[in-house]
Amino acid sequence: MTQRRRHVLLYLVLAAATVLAALAGLGIGPVRLTPVDVWNALGGRGDVTAVAIMRDIRAPRVVLAGLVGAALAMSGAALQGTMRNPLAEPYLLGVSGGAAVGAVLAVAGGAPFGLVPLGAFAGAVAAVMLVLAIARAGGRRPDPRVLLMAGVVVGAFANAVIMIALASAPADSVRNALWWMMGSVAGATWGQIGWFAAYGVLSAGALLLFAPEIDVLALGDDAAAGLGVNVDRAGRRAYVIASLLAAATVAAAGLVGFVGLVVPHLVRTRAGSRHRAVIGAAGLAGATLVILADLVARTLRAPSELPLGAVTALGGVPFFLFQLRRFK
Amino acid sequence: MIRFLDVVVRYPRAAAPAVDGVSFDAPEGTITAIVGPNGSGKSTLVRALLGRVALQRGTIEVDGEDAATLDRRALARRVAVVSQREEPAFPLRVADYIALGRHPHAHLWSAADPAGATAVARAIDDAEVRPFADRTTEELSGGEWQRVRIARALAQDARALVLDEPTTYLDIAHEMSAFELLDALARRGQAILVVSHQLNLVARFAHRVVLLHRGVVAAAGTPSDVMRGDVLERVYEWPLVVTRDPAVGAPALLPLRGRRVT
Repeated sequence: MTQRRRHVLLYLVLAAATVLAALAGLGIGPVRLTPVDVWNALGGRGDVTAVAIMRDIRAPRVVLAGLVGAALAMSGAALQGTMRNPLAEPYLLGVSGGAAVGAVLAVAGGAPFGLVPLGAFAGAVAAVMLVLAIARAGGRRPDPRVLLMAGVVVGAFANAVIMIALASAPADSVRNALWWMMGSVAGATWGQIGWFAAYGVLSAGALLLFAPEIDVLALGDDAAAGLGVNVDRAGRRAYVIASLLAAATVAAAGLVGFVGLVVPHLVRTRAGSRHRAVIGAAGLAGATLVILADLVARTLRAPSELPLGAVTALGGVPFFLFQLRRFK
Repeated sequence: MIRFLDVVVRYPRAAAPAVDGVSFDAPEGTITAIVGPNGSGKSTLVRALLGRVALQRGTIEVDGEDAATLDRRALARRVAVVSQREEPAFPLRVADYIALGRHPHAHLWSAADPAGATAVARAIDDAEVRPFADRTTEELSGGEWQRVRIARALAQDARALVLDEPTTYLDIAHEMSAFELLDALARRGQAILVVSHQLNLVARFAHRVVLLHRGVVAAAGTPSDVMRGDVLERVYEWPLVVTRDPAVGAPALLPLRGRRVT
């Protein structure tokens, strides 16, 4: 089988998996719906209650879960290539810590709860910029290793800020903010999906556009420079786009851990060596996994819900261990 | 093709310049070799050509144009570089890896590079890597990997090829075939600039040799001009004799056992 055919097959399988996961996500819940019911309800036919459940609750939820999963996985795939590090992922590079600080500070500062996502987004963006600034202060160019260390340092700093906020702000409000940070797509609305999709499509499109540069960056600085890539600029660009994509997922759904780290590894060997294929495949696989994780989060202990971030982490660990065996 | 003019490079916080006023030419159709002890500034010259370190003084010309003012992609279309070390972060299929040599020719927004497939196929044949084109870069021996890297540089379709110690890790047969390949490319009209520690190979294959010592040119010219016992002994600080290779007549270097020359 040629490589091209293998890729087409892989994409078909991943797309089919996403569709199946979405059907499961749409059909399973307190009111069970068959795929035919789902189809009819989406089209506005049949039982009025089913239509309402579908349009107002389950469909937005499944769509947002899919978008968030795709964004995180694509961001992780791009960052791993750019940083030349299989451990790189958006959360490790400051996004999660910054988002948590932003959310907690918003609450501690007395902002209404509706502004928490905005605070999280602002915090994530600030952290991304801070990491970049720290990494650049060390030298003329942001070394991937320094960038990773800066991410860890900013994360530790963020933890300290959160603890101080916890100690000094009304406990309930901070707990609410932290609870929200654990990840959920429960409150998904079409309006939210609209802005996230617009932002996500732009950023993901930019990542796919610059993917050939990431291929070259993954070879190392000297080789990349020899191939006509401005290593500093291209590396910074990929880092900023990927991190901002991840930052938006935090605003939309809180922290959904492990997806950005694990999913790229799941698809990397099968999607081949070019990042355009890897990032695209990671997007489909990430969407599938987060849709399924959300399904688990809301059905395992129904009627109460588990945090989505906890489910992805629980599911991600065994995946990761399995994957580790393949590293030599 | 590539011309270094009074090039001075000093790394930040370094006491002395790594390269201090180096001038030489690497014309088309010839193999120009840069030799010298470790730390004499050989690789710094390659990094300077790529714009990875700033010049404190002097210029590097490519085709008569200042390399510093050339767009990086335009530079990469004229000069292909095989750097000293390279480790891809993730394994790649060899054919995909070689195709990355087309990066300076492709546009981000379109895959259109009509000459690409032909150039890649020719590079694979010229570097004789067809037998392992479908393996991944992790499944190659040191010698195979080095040839694959040369193939990637050939796919770049540049008129100048710069190689930084291309025969490290290679056994005699691979070493010889690598230099034979460079010789064939030079005969085709390419400018070959090779950094090497293999003085005896350089003596047999290079047309011009530049001997660096502590950042300055200690000697330059034909292999016979440069490979003189007194010159090399002083630069390498080790006793040695230079004889004539009985088979081919090129200068041959034989380091002697003994003590450091001080």
